[in-house]
Amino acid sequence: MYNFDFARPDTLQDAQAALRADDAQALGGGQTLIPTLKQRLAAPAILVSLTAIPELKGICLADDGRLCIGGATTHATVAREAAAHYPALAQLAGNIGDPAVRNRGTIGGSLANNDPSACYPAAVLASGATVITDRQEVAADDYFQGMFATALGEGEIITEVRFPVPQAANYQKFVQPASRFALVGVFVARFAHGVRVAVTGASEGGVFRWHKAEAALGDDFRAEALGDLAVEADGMIGDLHGTPEYRAHLVRVLTGRAVTAAA
Amino acid sequence: MSKVTLTVNGRTVTREIEGRTLLVQLLREGLGLTGTHVGCDTSQCGACLVHVNGQAVKSCSIFAAELEGAEVRTIEGMANRDGSLSVIQQAFQDCHGLQCGFCTPGMVMSAAALLQDNPRPTEAEVRHHLEGNLCRCTGYHNIVKAIMAASGQDVAMAAE
Amino acid sequence: MARDFGIGASSKRREDVRFLTGKGRYTDDFNRPGQTHVAFLRSQVAHGRILSINTAAAEAMPGVLQVFTAADFADAGGLPCGWQVTDRFGNVMQEPKHPVLADGKVRHVGEPIVAVVAETLDQARDAAEAIEVEIEELPAVMDMRAALAEDAPKVHDDLTSNLCFDWGFVEENKAKVGEAFARAHHVTTLDLINNRLVPNPMEPRVALAEYDAAGDSYTLYTTSQNPHVIRLLMGAFVLNIPEHRLRVVAPDVGGGFGAKIYHYAEEAFCTRAAQMVGRPVKWTSTRAEAFMSDAHGRDHVTRIELALDENGKFLALRTDTLANMGAYLSTFAPAVPTWLHGTLMAGNYTTPLIYVNVKAIFTNTVPVDAYRGAGRPEATYQLERVIDKAAREMGIDPIELRRRNFIQPEQFPYQTPVAVVYDTGNYQATMDRVVEMTDYHNFEARRAESAARGKLRGFGIAHYIEACGIAPSNLVGQLGARAGLYESATVRVNATGSITVFTGSHSHGQGHETTFAQVVADMIGIPESQIEIAHGDTANTPMGMGTYGSRSIAVGGSAMVKATNKIIAKAKKIAAHLLEASEGDIELKDGKFSVAGTDRSVDWSGVTLAAYVPHNYPLEDLEPGLEETAFYDPSNFTYPSGAYACEVEVDPDTGKVEILSFAAADDFGNVINPMIVEGQVHGGLAQGIGQALLEVAVYDDEGQLLTGSYMDYAMPRADDLPMYQVDHSCQTPCTHNPLGVKGCGEAGAIGSPPAVVNAVIDALQRGGHDHVTHLDMPLTPSRVWAAMQR
Repeated sequence: MYNFDFARPDTLQDAQAALRADDAQALGGGQTLIPTLKQRLAAPAILVSLTAIPELKGICLADDGRLCIGGATTHATVAREAAAHYPALAQLAGNIGDPAVRNRGTIGGSLANNDPSACYPAAVLASGATVITDRQEVAADDYFQGMFATALGEGEIITEVRFPVPQAANYQKFVQPASRFALVGVFVARFAHGVRVAVTGASEGGVFRWHKAEAALGDDFRAEALGDLAVEADGMIGDLHGTPEYRAHLVRVLTGRAVTAAA
Repeated sequence: MSKVTLTVNGRTVTREIEGRTLLVQLLREGLGLTGTHVGCDTSQCGACLVHVNGQAVKSCSIFAAELEGAEVRTIEGMANRDGSLSVIQQAFQDCHGLQCGFCTPGMVMSAAALLQDNPRPTEAEVRHHLEGNLCRCTGYHNIVKAIMAASGQDVAMAAE
Repeated sequence: MARDFGIGASSKRREDVRFLTGKGRYTDDFNRPGQTHVAFLRSQVAHGRILSINTAAAEAMPGVLQVFTAADFADAGGLPCGWQVTDRFGNVMQEPKHPVLADGKVRHVGEPIVAVVAETLDQARDAAEAIEVEIEELPAVMDMRAALAEDAPKVHDDLTSNLCFDWGFVEENKAKVGEAFARAHHVTTLDLINNRLVPNPMEPRVALAEYDAAGDSYTLYTTSQNPHVIRLLMGAFVLNIPEHRLRVVAPDVGGGFGAKIYHYAEEAFCTRAAQMVGRPVKWTSTRAEAFMSDAHGRDHVTRIELALDENGKFLALRTDTLANMGAYLSTFAPAVPTWLHGTLMAGNYTTPLIYVNVKAIFTNTVPVDAYRGAGRPEATYQLERVIDKAAREMGIDPIELRRRNFIQPEQFPYQTPVAVVYDTGNYQATMDRVVEMTDYHNFEARRAESAARGKLRGFGIAHYIEACGIAPSNLVGQLGARAGLYESATVRVNATGSITVFTGSHSHGQGHETTFAQVVADMIGIPESQIEIAHGDTANTPMGMGTYGSRSIAVGGSAMVKATNKIIAKAKKIAAHLLEASEGDIELKDGKFSVAGTDRSVDWSGVTLAAYVPHNYPLEDLEPGLEETAFYDPSNFTYPSGAYACEVEVDPDTGKVEILSFAAADDFGNVINPMIVEGQVHGGLAQGIGQALLEVAVYDDEGQLLTGSYMDYAMPRADDLPMYQVDHSCQTPCTHNPLGVKGCGEAGAIGSPPAVVNAVIDALQRGGHDHVTHLDMPLTPSRVWAAMQR
């Protein structure tokens, strides 16, 4: 990889200052960024690690019942500490990558990257979570803006993600056999006021909500309620590992399974 | 260049590093600990797996600059004090859980991390845990068997 | 009863201690004083003409020592091909030059064009990026059939076409095979693809070379399965360095599977560059480079036809195969689809007439060569798939159909219609054994249980035979090999009785340090710990051909037995002298020489000491010392065989296949170390199951490798695979080597792909998808699902 300077601030303020430098790049757990740097696909002048900032780490339950997860919290920590509060989210975190990746990878890093096959975006969108940065609070529906595109500005840091905890939820991941990212992943969350269904891995537009399924499930939270609903193959990803038709089909299958598992 | 001071297998070391220096480079090139291997560029094979502050980490995917004050343990630090093989290492030998040996250090470190958190895993849990460790020689059968044996369990096998 | 010592004992592996403590010594663990690093600028296009190369900027960059292009290798030979195939018409194959660095044209993505040697690897890489290469892109030759068209672009301008050779075997049988098909009761036809694979040993390749100007000699440390072969090929054909000035060391090697047999450009480059730069030069492959420069495997497109009579008896077999050679001929590439493939088309069966046609084709892809099994998996897959299809078409149970056609035990030695003579075997026995292991008779109950859960369950079986213990030199010489395929061993007994065996075989995971010691310990009757096995260094081992083709114990082990027998014969002479007895009366048992019928004896170390301290020694008749070398050239191949059975469950909603059980009943003849043999089978099964369900190398139409990393090339993981049932209790020992062994390294990878595919097809058919009679590997969820939608 190209060389760069390395900063490891221990306060958010110092991190913000460091990120104002030219070609500065924030570094979460690095599980995606480091392989990218190895391929010389990025050439930051300085990497600013967010792993030493205590205020960005940890999990707590807010007074309003929302689960707050610091941006630099690892997947392993979420898998462990969110289990009592939001089991479906903990289960999702516990199946990202592999154990070593989960010990480094962070929720903020995953959301900032917004890989179209990543798991976390499905949970954030289906939960209707709020992404909190050092500059703004963004509702999930506004945060994801297509493959690798988000509402984040240059040098903006995800400090926290706040998850409303649903009454019932489940995440179904069908793995791409090589990378073990989601070939398709579906997160279903049932709240008192309705059901949200978010799909990752499938669409060329990145994570999306399947509104028709939400409507059907809002009336009747059973897999059977999906009837013959289907997502259009048009716009789904087609690659070595699955055609658009296959992905569209999996969306339907996994949604049903998630509902059954959640109910 | 900057300096980093960390503990590796109980020994405190200080080394000059670049921003881009990965832990695995520090181990192999800086400290001569060549038991930690590099088998891929995409953080998937797990041949480079070590423990950082007691947790399994892929040393090809963490910068040395992150490790000021950290405690790192590698395969070279896994044997018993008297030099004999630890329970896990011995189980790998007893069960023929290695062939070419290249993935082995990562497998042993991964197994140690699993058993630390989950002292009596099921076979399915062992297999799931090894998602980030590729082996091309053993077909995993004897690795799974070794980890089960190290946890004091036996995998029932009809043919044996 | 299980032995605890010597032949037949599951001795623990001595090499494990160093591997388990991080003390293994792999090539990348070596560093030499003053070492420099090389970065290769590799082609990003599959096919193009090099118009210009500008290295000026790179040469001026920090740390850069020298920049190399093809011009620097103008006087070097091409990377040689070790096998020449003669085609159906008596012409030799077309053989293009394979330059160390691309010369004039680039012919596959990943081909090295320019090499930068610098003080550090990062400096070398930085400089490589600063090189400007202007390439006129040409249409890529990707599809094998299209490559044969009259007007197809040519991979090699100086060849007449993209056809390397058109091979027919047995050409004289062709007409008779046609007649048999014309009068057959039933003909089953199957079109299939044997998917292109990337071997992927976990240790990437490494080359580290140094040059000693004082002695005008070279040392190359390399990740090789056969250091002597590299010394011969590189020294004699590429760089013109005589053997005594070139030492090749292959230390601990992290897996090979075929990919580390061949002589690669990076080895020759580092060796030459070390001399030109005047300092050691090191190259360590990244995994990305490995995907685009290690020889790939398989990649055959085949039509197979089987003619049967009304009872299901096989009358004739005909195949038509296109075999991808890639852009250049790798070291043993032409042998794989021909002599390692066509000669196995009889399988375990009495098919009297066989004709195999193979067209080997150049394409703009990485060269293709032997990968675990090499030719034999391709043969087995075709045969065992077409038999399964025939069984379905004729309404005969697939096990029964095989049984009706097996070569019977009393028919051995059995002359097949495809040249080879099988020495021993008992195919019904292994089939019976696997049926028993899998509880096949209760399959229907298990299927019903799966169905109740909404899953489709299937059972698949395959029988295989392979030819290994490669190979009789005079025979392979007639078939086009440009090398002998003997093996060597030197047994050096030390004064106190300890022994060092220098073998030409090479261990890269197989455990030779343990098994070879077991054999010698058993023969002499001394502890295994007294024996050390040395391998992998041309400076101290006799000329050997290395390890591939499941040959180590059958050929290398036999050489060692021969040398040890020489040792024992000489030791008996010494013992006879010491015991004042006749040589003919001396018996060796449990490490002790005694005079038959008496209690007079001398132990092993007494004799070995006498050999080196010859105070009381028959010096007038016998030289002092106790060291013998033997070369062993086998008189035939060995023929392991076995029956494999697989049970799967298919999820009809997703197409995902789960392997529920896999059983292997092998006949390897005698077994030296059961634990290691079982481990070899496990590994082979994982690679075969990987081929069947997960792995495939995919190029797009422009010749870009779409599966260039583990993000897209699916390696089998622990949770993709089951616990295997393996058994080697059916043993028909080989009749022509001293240990009665057959070899076990490749078996798992040969027999398992058809067993898996047969099981999935069975599951789909039983599940009501009658129209699915075949699916090409890998049986990915999307492919299986799509088939169910048809």
